[in-house]
Amino acid sequence: MPSESDARLAILGSIRNALRVPAERNDAARAAEYAAIPRDYKRSGTRQGEALLELFTHRLQEYDAGVQRAPSGKIADAIGGLLAERGRHRIAIPDEVPRTWLPPGYPFEEAAGLDSMQLDKLDGVLTGCTVAIAETGSIVLQNAAAQGRRALSLVPDYHLCVVFASQVVETVPECFARLDATANLPTTFFSGPSATADIEMTRIKGVHGPRYLDVLLVVD
Amino acid sequence: MSAPQSHWTNRSFPEAAKELLADSQIRRNVRHATDVIQAKRNRVVGELPDWEALREAGSAIRAHALEHLDEYLVEFERNCTRAGGTVHWARDAAEANRIILGLIQRHQAKEVIKIKTMTSEEIGLNRHLEANGVRPHETDLAELIVQLGHDKPSHFVVPALHKNRQQVREIFQREMHLPELGDKPEDLCAAARAYLREKYLRIKVAVSGANFLVAENGAVCIVESEGNGRMCLTLPDVLISLVGIEKVLPRFRDLEVVLQTLPRSATGERMNPYNSIWTGVHEGDGPKEFHVVLLDNGRSPILADGEARQTLKCIRCAACLNACPVYHQTGGHAYESAYPGPIGAILTPQLHSMEQGRTLPYASSLCGACYEVCPVKINIPEVLIHLRGKVVEQDQKTLGGKLGVWNVGMQAAAFVMSSAQRFTLAQHMGQLAQKIFVSKSGFIERLPFMLSGWTQTRDLKALPQQSFRDWWAERESNGGDATGAAKESRDAK
Repeated sequence: MPSESDARLAILGSIRNALRVPAERNDAARAAEYAAIPRDYKRSGTRQGEALLELFTHRLQEYDAGVQRAPSGKIADAIGGLLAERGRHRIAIPDEVPRTWLPPGYPFEEAAGLDSMQLDKLDGVLTGCTVAIAETGSIVLQNAAAQGRRALSLVPDYHLCVVFASQVVETVPECFARLDATANLPTTFFSGPSATADIEMTRIKGVHGPRYLDVLLVVD
Repeated sequence: MSAPQSHWTNRSFPEAAKELLADSQIRRNVRHATDVIQAKRNRVVGELPDWEALREAGSAIRAHALEHLDEYLVEFERNCTRAGGTVHWARDAAEANRIILGLIQRHQAKEVIKIKTMTSEEIGLNRHLEANGVRPHETDLAELIVQLGHDKPSHFVVPALHKNRQQVREIFQREMHLPELGDKPEDLCAAARAYLREKYLRIKVAVSGANFLVAENGAVCIVESEGNGRMCLTLPDVLISLVGIEKVLPRFRDLEVVLQTLPRSATGERMNPYNSIWTGVHEGDGPKEFHVVLLDNGRSPILADGEARQTLKCIRCAACLNACPVYHQTGGHAYESAYPGPIGAILTPQLHSMEQGRTLPYASSLCGACYEVCPVKINIPEVLIHLRGKVVEQDQKTLGGKLGVWNVGMQAAAFVMSSAQRFTLAQHMGQLAQKIFVSKSGFIERLPFMLSGWTQTRDLKALPQQSFRDWWAERESNGGDATGAAKESRDAK
């Protein structure tokens, strides 16, 4: 039976043969070619302050996500209000969620020790985020403080996400500029609750991911 | 090495299309779905003033990656391995199937969960697994409909768009044993959620494709809507991603272009509900073992053809399917390939060294709608014509082809048209010979014998009484004022 390294050599050989490349490739020339790729698209946005947050809010609402605002001193109150409104009690929290976010009277559960089966039985999850994109209404989570592992924001049926105004950028390229330094971390972009349009192109909210999403926008 | 039995047949496009055109239900379903996506796509593309610049950048990034494919693949392999992943290379479908089955068997798994992957359809993975005692569970809602309905996908993004809600209900009622199930899309989704959730939490091996590989840091990117992808990518212990070698991007930041153009082109959304990006394995987050199987299966030879190479820039958004008037009429199954529509019409025959799907380059009116919507600017009409040329060239090498109607006709035309004298003579002969075939309307509706193929689907305008060349000659000899037959025939129009 042929070994896999035979396959590797054969495929690379076939590519080089097809491209008619010289035996020694020139890294500097390749870098120059890459640098010459035209990038005349919009790199940074024009909106700031309220206009930016309004766009973000509007786009999230189009996805059927709930959006509320609170000043940084009132995060716990706002979270308590949302959980009461939604009737959600047993909430998972990742490592390093600031204690100041947590309203009293709720049995928050440290998610680190829970397996998927246990997560499945909880009412929801509370996380922060890394960055958010106004133009597309997207929020980016990484395996970092107050965000935790990927399964956390996936298995429970309700996700409450805290986004600070300073974390909101307007465009996708601005988001990638912020992610560059931590590009190796497991990363999830989510834009609204899980959805499908597989049956007659009718958008249905919540297939396998959380069916309900609330965003708490912290603005001072 | 025997290829697994594919459920795609060798039927020609006209043969398969004829059958599908007779199915008015499929045509209605396809028309509805493509109309809805097209309208959404046009709206969200229209709101980006820099759309053309994004297409330009996306096209240049993909073209550059292909020109240096060997280098970027090696870079990806190095970085993926460094991050704890394992990279495998598969020359063809059989090799990829063997590698994946081997990995599954090493973990004694009898079932796997799958995210929608077209490469798996391309290599017939499900059949191979089933034949070897492993049960694959499709988790994308549409793929689940296709799998439980013992059907074939007909679109990249919404593979079951040829089924309507009543048809989906029938399949779910039968296969999930839910006789009371309603036909509201919400009911059907809820049934799928309940059916699959147990599997996500129990099954330990997942198989996926990938939308993009990033050479710079060994990252893999998958976009999806439902969250079934995230389930498969994060809950099992072992993840195997089967990826075509062309899917590599040079740098992480290149995602900022394709993650704008792909969702808007594919589903008409500003962003997909979920994008997952990860490198190798991450302690305490996701699978403990991660394998990437890089699949060639006919791709590398395409790079040799400078004109057709652009085919491999494709990011599988399916905008060209939704825009195509031919796809609108026939749906995806007529293409007899995992890759239907205009992009399939150029990709499928090339993946098979022009030995299969040879009628596909003709499955187009060359209207150019596909090129206009392509987010990476693949000039599909140009490649279609180029491939038609290849088909003809191949045919000319066989005796049957040499003596075929087309070749004889074309050679005869070349002989006639390369001499003014012969051309004039042929015109005069034609004017005489056509008389018995011309109908009252001035059209030829039916030609005899070998020529009948041409008039089967179109009427032919009869030759005029006087040719332009005759008219011109007469005009010159009359000192610049032509009268007579030509003028009369023009007045009659």
